[in-house]
Amino acid sequence: MKYTEEHEWLRAEDDVYVVGITEHATTQLGDLVFVELPEVGDTVVKDDEIVVIESVKAASDILAPIDGEITEVNTALVDDPSLANSDAVGAGWFFKIRPSDPAQLDAMMDEAAYNAMIG
Amino acid sequence: MSDLKTTPLHALHLANGAKMVPFAGYDMPVQYPLGVMKEHLHTRAKAGLFDVSHMGQVSVRGPRYADAARGLEALVPVDILGLAEGRQRYGFFTNDAGGIYDDLMLANRGDHIFVVVNAACKAADIARMKAALEPGLTVTEIADRALLALQGPMAQDVLAALDPRAAAMTFMDVATLDLNGVAAWVSRSGYTGEDGYEISVPAAAAEDIAGALLAHPDVELIGLGARDSLRLEAGLCLYGHDIDAGTSPVEGALTWAIQKVRRAGGDRAGGFPGAVRILEQLANGATRKRVGLLPEGRAPMRAGVPLFAGADGGDPIGAVTSGGFGPTVGGPVAMGYVAADHTTIGQTIYGELRGKRQPLTVTKMPFTPANFKR
Repeated sequence: MKYTEEHEWLRAEDDVYVVGITEHATTQLGDLVFVELPEVGDTVVKDDEIVVIESVKAASDILAPIDGEITEVNTALVDDPSLANSDAVGAGWFFKIRPSDPAQLDAMMDEAAYNAMIG
Repeated sequence: MSDLKTTPLHALHLANGAKMVPFAGYDMPVQYPLGVMKEHLHTRAKAGLFDVSHMGQVSVRGPRYADAARGLEALVPVDILGLAEGRQRYGFFTNDAGGIYDDLMLANRGDHIFVVVNAACKAADIARMKAALEPGLTVTEIADRALLALQGPMAQDVLAALDPRAAAMTFMDVATLDLNGVAAWVSRSGYTGEDGYEISVPAAAAEDIAGALLAHPDVELIGLGARDSLRLEAGLCLYGHDIDAGTSPVEGALTWAIQKVRRAGGDRAGGFPGAVRILEQLANGATRKRVGLLPEGRAPMRAGVPLFAGADGGDPIGAVTSGGFGPTVGGPVAMGYVAADHTTIGQTIYGELRGKRQPLTVTKMPFTPANFKR
């Protein structure tokens, strides 16, 4: 798993990466009540605001962690946003992305570095 | 942080794992480990205990109750003189333009009027009352008492276990109860849409009494986050958001709180700040009004979302003043102000969210049925 400073995780799966937000992030955000995901086929650039999530408290944007093409989105999460709270790194995944510049992954944190960042 | 004031229950919040935030100059619990959603649902299902000690508690005294009532009626457009002893009523301070300086609860406690005002407004409210009412009347801030709210369908069972007289009170009754040997000023009211009580106790006894209430298995501590979603579902105004110095009671859909005796033709018609404008609006209506709004779909529409008559074009007809996810409703709920010709229940209007117009339905409030013990 790779991690971003924006509290996203990326897990390699064949030639794509599954992306979600960390348990630390969902704990901080509180209960999620709304998720808006990108469209399959969208071409995105790192740091584009491609996901909107709302918790009981506030709305937040989730940024594209890398350049690439969205290959799949988690429609179950749209129907039940609480999946991100109950299973952040599993059933609560957001989207899958095919990287156009896999070297962007090299700069990302591993689990130990992420855990050190969140203290 | 050092500038923030604390309530007598501050240590209890910390001991219970509260996430604290600054609110109206106080360090207050926004949520406990249960989280906003579960705290909200628990209050509707069982009973929630809220620390509302940041709110202002004030007594207004005169030679007789009637003197205090007549004095306060000069600031508040409701029937205070006609309020029976042991009864409470909702009201608001108005300004000369007919806007609302603050909303408040006031109770006839026999020899004085007990007033509860919002934390953010209390200094201004007290100064305004002193300026207008003293020296004939005495306005005293009661800073040495905590205020707890116990809300939810189990509230009666919980409080009656400490003093059985709690069960005999009905909605908006006030009484002095004996809670573990402490004289508590109790009203059967609250701000969640649920049955429940507000309980004023000496600061030194607050932690003991909170502990006694929390000892009941059905009671959980509830933070400001759930307090906000509960009052929103109940269709109740948050001062500074849904009503303020620029909104009149008629625009704010609070005319139910202005009794006949203070309206045109009543025995004590007018005689409060902004009476000319408010009585004119009571007669002819206002150009805008606060309404309930149910967004279609799941996306919450929060305060500030501009509202439009149509799906494209046109100027805004109003804006959302409170909005979010309603855990009991199971979807987004909102309230806001719209032009008078868009206030029909069932009418569809549009909110602009992230650049897209999305439909909302003008809806009756409350969004969840009120559970008061009438």
